Amino acid sequence: MPQTDDPCTAEVGDVLRPFVRETGFAAWNRFAAVNYEFVPIHMDDEAGRAAGYPTAFGMGNLQWSYLHNLLRDWLGDRGKILKLAVQFRAPNLKGQTVTARGVITSTRDEPDGRAIDLDVWTEDQNGTRLAPGSATVVLRP
Amino acid sequence: MPETRITEAMRSAIGRQSRRQVSFPVSESHIRKWALAVYFPDPPPREFIDPDCASSSRWGGMVAPQEFNPFNWLAAETEEPDVVVDINDPDRTEILLGVEGPHLKFQLNGGREVEYGEFIRPGDVITSVSRLADYHEREGRLGLMLFTLSEDTWTNQRSELVKRTRSTLIRY
Repeated sequence: MPQTDDPCTAEVGDVLRPFVRETGFAAWNRFAAVNYEFVPIHMDDEAGRAAGYPTAFGMGNLQWSYLHNLLRDWLGDRGKILKLAVQFRAPNLKGQTVTARGVITSTRDEPDGRAIDLDVWTEDQNGTRLAPGSATVVLRP
Repeated sequence: MPETRITEAMRSAIGRQSRRQVSFPVSESHIRKWALAVYFPDPPPREFIDPDCASSSRWGGMVAPQEFNPFNWLAAETEEPDVVVDINDPDRTEILLGVEGPHLKFQLNGGREVEYGEFIRPGDVITSVSRLADYHEREGRLGLMLFTLSEDTWTNQRSELVKRTRSTLIRY
C-alpha cells in the first residue's frame, strides 16, 4: 500500500510512515519520570512476573504517546488529532521493538477542514498487535 | 471464584465525582521534558524544544504534545476525599469514592478514548474533573476481570474543553 507523507493528499488505504522504538527500562524510566508513573510492574522484572508476565512491561501511556507521535510526525502543523481510542491488549515486554502504524480508512470534508479516520496500532517485532485503536484527525483549512 | 466483584455500594457510586484538580501553570520546561521522554532516544520535533521555531508554526507558538499530562508530580489544588491512599492501591477508585473496593491484587490500563479540544500552551492552567462512569465484568485468561470506566474532563483557564477521556481500568 502506498505511504502517505502529505495528509492533504492522503487517500483511503494509504499507510503512515511507521514510528519505531526499542523498548525497555531506558525508555520506561524516562517516561515514568515525566508522567510520575513509578509502578513496580514497569520498573522491576520480579513485579512483572508476580503479575503473570515474563518480565516487567512498559506503560500503556507510553504506547499511547507512540501513537500520538506517529500521527503528529505525519501531520506536522497541518492538522491536529481530534479523537483517539486504544485498547491495551498485550503487554509491551522488555526488549521488544515496538512499531506504531496507521492506515487511512475514510476521509471527508467538514466545516472545520478535511477530516481523516485511521486505524492505528502498535505491534511487536513479530507483528503481534499490542494496542489497536482508531483515530480521527482534522486538517487545518 | 465469586460470580461478581461489583457490590451494591460500588454500583451506588457510579456517576460520583472522584477528584477535581487544578494544575500549576504549564511551563515550556514541562513540555520539553515530556517531548524528550516520549521521543527517546531520538530528539523530539524542534517545535517542542525551541519557542522561536514554534512561533513560526501555524499554531503561533509552543503547544504541548496533545497527550501531555500537566498533573504529574504535583497539582496546585486537589479536591478529593480526605483519605490516605497509595497511588498504586488497586482499590484506590473506591476508596476515593468512600466505598469498599473489590480487593483485587493486580491492575492494568485497559484502554481509553479521548476527544481533544484546544491545545495546551505554556502558561495554561488546566482543571480536571473525574467521575466514575461504569463497571462491568468479563471472564479472562487470568480469571474474572473487573472493568472500571471513568471519565475525566479537562478545561483551561478560559473554560474551553481541552480533552475528555474515558478510561478503562482492568483489575483481577
